[in-house]
Amino acid sequence: MSRKYELVYVVSPDATDEQVAEVHTQVDAIVQRMHGQLEKTDNWGRRRLAYEIGRHKEGTYVLEVINGDGELMKEIDRRLKVSDLIIRHLVVRVDEEQAVVERTRNLRTDTTRRRRVARGLPPDRQPGEGQRGEPDDDRDDRFDMGGEEMR
Amino acid sequence: MNGRKSFGGRGKTSGSSQQGKDAQRRPMFRRRKVCKFCSDKIDDINYKDVKLLMPFVPERAKVLPRRISGTCALHQRKLRTAIMRARQLALIPYTTE
Repeated sequence: MSRKYELVYVVSPDATDEQVAEVHTQVDAIVQRMHGQLEKTDNWGRRRLAYEIGRHKEGTYVLEVINGDGELMKEIDRRLKVSDLIIRHLVVRVDEEQAVVERTRNLRTDTTRRRRVARGLPPDRQPGEGQRGEPDDDRDDRFDMGGEEMR
Repeated sequence: MNGRKSFGGRGKTSGSSQQGKDAQRRPMFRRRKVCKFCSDKIDDINYKDVKLLMPFVPERAKVLPRRISGTCALHQRKLRTAIMRARQLALIPYTTE
């Protein structure tokens, strides 16, 4: 049962680039060993922390998207907790949420298309159609203008 | 057109006195608040997107309440989890001195 997780960890600012790379290879090794897949890595680079952690004011953020099961993430979580270089980390399961987001997005495009077709328009919004800043169809703050007129 | 009177009413007035009081309150016209995430069609409120979250975390670093931001219940809930996650990663402060 493969699930999709996002792992973000903050490496101590004292660490060299090689050490950051080493943490990454360690994570990768665990993923390989436990039959997972590393889908994506993204190094955000050095950022200011919003608050001090220990004595640190900065940190290097790295994001990893991993396909695997809970056992794998448990192991990674354990390893990161032990590591001195990692000052903070977070594991979030994302597959279910992403599915929901996709579903709502598809549903919305479908409805707008259907409505547009019902009005006799081509299903997709044409470039230059409507005025700039014009509210979209499903915004109903028109009621406010009604209030102004009634005055 | 009668139906929309209840908009400004806020449930304060009731019954027959509605007409008179409504007229008094009218000058204080407020724009109806809309949920930013609904109107901008942002489906995914992500904890990594600090730029998106920051407007909902005012000075004291608390979560901006729904009655002020106008965010709908669903999105406020998602916003809250996103902010809490971002806080864990020190992307957003828990508090300010």
